[in-house]
Amino acid sequence: MSQKLKAVIIGPGNIGTDLLMKTQRSEWVEPVWMVGVDPESEGLKRAAAMGIKTCATGVDGILDHVVKDDIRVAFDATSAYAHAENSRKLNALGVVMIDLTPAAIGPFCIPPVNLAQHASELKMNVNMVTCGGQATIPMVAAVSRVQPVEYGEIIASVSSKSVGPGTRKNIDEFTRTTASAIEKVGGAKKGKAIIIVNPAEPPLLMRDTVHVLTEDQPDQEAITQSVRAMVAEVQKYVPGYKLVNGPVFDGKRVSIFLEVEGLGDFLPRYAGNLDIMTAAGLRTAELFAEEARKGNFVLPERG
Amino acid sequence: MSIQGRRVTLHEMSLRDGMHAKRHQISTGQMVSIAMAADAAGMPWIEVTHGDGLGGASVNYGFAAHSDVDYLKAVVPKMKNAKVSALLLPGIGTVDMLKEAIDCGISGVRIATHCTEADCAEQHIAYAATTGLDTVGFLMMAHRASPEKLVEQALLMEGYGARTVYCTDSAGYMLPDDVTARISALRTALNPETELGFHAHNNLGMAIANSVAAVAAGANRIDGALAGLGAGAGNAATELLVAAFERMGVHTGVDLFRIMDVAEDLVVPMMDRPIRVDRGSLVLGYAGVYSSFLLFAERAEKRYGIPARDLLMELGRRGMVGGQEDMIEDLALTMSRARNVAA
Repeated sequence: MSQKLKAVIIGPGNIGTDLLMKTQRSEWVEPVWMVGVDPESEGLKRAAAMGIKTCATGVDGILDHVVKDDIRVAFDATSAYAHAENSRKLNALGVVMIDLTPAAIGPFCIPPVNLAQHASELKMNVNMVTCGGQATIPMVAAVSRVQPVEYGEIIASVSSKSVGPGTRKNIDEFTRTTASAIEKVGGAKKGKAIIIVNPAEPPLLMRDTVHVLTEDQPDQEAITQSVRAMVAEVQKYVPGYKLVNGPVFDGKRVSIFLEVEGLGDFLPRYAGNLDIMTAAGLRTAELFAEEARKGNFVLPERG
Repeated sequence: MSIQGRRVTLHEMSLRDGMHAKRHQISTGQMVSIAMAADAAGMPWIEVTHGDGLGGASVNYGFAAHSDVDYLKAVVPKMKNAKVSALLLPGIGTVDMLKEAIDCGISGVRIATHCTEADCAEQHIAYAATTGLDTVGFLMMAHRASPEKLVEQALLMEGYGARTVYCTDSAGYMLPDDVTARISALRTALNPETELGFHAHNNLGMAIANSVAAVAAGANRIDGALAGLGAGAGNAATELLVAAFERMGVHTGVDLFRIMDVAEDLVVPMMDRPIRVDRGSLVLGYAGVYSSFLLFAERAEKRYGIPARDLLMELGRRGMVGGQEDMIEDLALTMSRARNVAA
C-alpha cells in the first residue's frame, strides 16, 4: 500500500519550497519534480539538495517525463499569468492541477468546506483562493451552514516579512479573489476582503478576523458550536490554527478572531499565511489520493 | 529659517479625515455645503471619501451614511475652482474603485500605505499616474520609519509615478524636529520637481508647529481640516494654518475671514463632540497609535470594561498599523478575559 500519488511542484519560491517540505512527509503524496525557469535559482538548488529531480526549463521541460514518472498531481506556485498554460499542458496529460496562484481557472477549494465535492466531481483544476481566504472562509461557512448570511467580511493581517513581491504587486487580486470566494464558497450573499501588512519586529503571527452579518438574529448556541467544530476541522491540516476570541454577537453581527501559526517548515512560524496555503494545497492532493485509492476517483488510463 | 514669500497648497480634510470623528455619518448635504463654502473661500483642494478611503465602508471601519460614489457625485459638480481628491489604501480599496471615482470627476488621488510598505501601492500609483490625475503617495504612520527608511519608500512611490509624496503623521506622535528630519531628508533625495506634503494630527498639540516645520524644511503641500475636524484630536485646523501662514508671509490663496466662518458656522455645529486634545487622543499621540482607533477603543471600553487608555497603550506596544481596527475588540476581549480569570 505504499503507492503514493506522484507530484510535481512548479515554482521553487517560498510557497513551492514550503510545499516540498510538507509533501516529503505526506503518506499520500510523493514529490518527484521541482520545476523552475532559472538553473541558478536558490529554490531549484534547494530542491535538488532535498533529493528531488529539478527542471529549469519550465513545465515544457517535464512534459516528456509525466507519463514515465507517473505524475498524477501538480502544484502550481508560479503566477496567475503563467498558470493558464501550465494547467492546459498538464491537464492534457491527465495531471490534476492544484492552483496556488490567483488565476482561479478552476473552482475555489477550501478543504473543510468543499474539497470532498470537488474530489467527487473529478475536478482537474482547483484553485486554493488566497491565504486570507483559506484562514477565514471556513468560518463564514460555519455560520452560513447554520443560517443565511447577508454579508461576510474578513481582515487578514500578515507580517511584512511573509508577504512576497508577487502579492504586493497584485494586492487587488487578493481582495477581489478572496471577496469572491467568501460569496461562492463561504455562502455569504456579499463578500468583502481587506489585507493589512504589518512590519512590526519581531514579526507578528498571521491574524484573521471574520465579521459576518446574518439575515435574522443569530442563533448564538448553534453558531458557536458550528464555529468550534469547523476550527477543529481546519486544525487537522493546520495545527497552528487557533480561535483567539469569539464568536462575539452584537445584534446581527457575528465576529470571530483567529490566529494562524505556521509549522515553521521553510519560513518561520509567524508566516501562518504561507503555511495555510501550502497545507490546504497538500490536503487537497491527499484527498484526491485517498479517493483514488478507494476507487471513488479514477485516474486517467495511461499506456 | 524664514519661510516668507513661499507658496503653500492647502488640502482640506474635514470631509474625509473628519469622517472618522463623525463615524462616517456626514450627509451628502453637509458635504456639499461645507465644500462649496470652502471653495468660495479659496481652498484649492478638498478630499471627499470614507475616512478609510475608497472601499472603506465595512463592519471593521464602519459603514458610511452614503457611498463614496454618492458623496463624490454630490460634491464634484458643485465646485467652481476647488479640486476634489479621493483617498485609497491598497488592501482596502482597489483600482476598480479608483476608476469609479475617476468617473465621478475627481482631480487627484492619494494612495496611502504604511510608511514601510510602499510597494503595495505600485498597481494603484502606476495606474493613477497614467490617467493624468494629481497622483500623491501618502506614507502613513511616518514616525515609525527613520528618515532614511522614509526616503527609500518615498523613492519607490516616486518611481511608480507619484508626483507628490506625503509624510503623514497619522498618530500625531511627531515633534517638530522629527518633521524637519524627515522632510529635509525627502527634499534632498527626491527629484526637485516632486512636491512634498505633510499631514498632521494634533494629538500632542503640535499640528500647527509641525506643519510650519514641514514648510520650513521644504514641503509645499499641507493638509488641514476646518475646525480641526479629523480623527483623534483632529488635523491641523485649516483656519489656523491660514492665519499662521499669513502672519509668516506665506501665500495660501485662502481668505482667512471666510474660512474661519466656514469652520465656526458650518463645521463646529456638526461635531459630535469638541475636537480637542482629550485624554484618549493624547494617549494616541503619546503612544504613537493610528488616530482613527480612538472611537473604537472608547466603544470597546464601554462594552468590555477595559479602559481605552490601556487598550491604546497596548496597541502601540504591539505595533498595530492603520487599518487594524479589528485588533481593538480582539485585545479588549483578551484583556477582559484575563482580568476575569484573575479576579
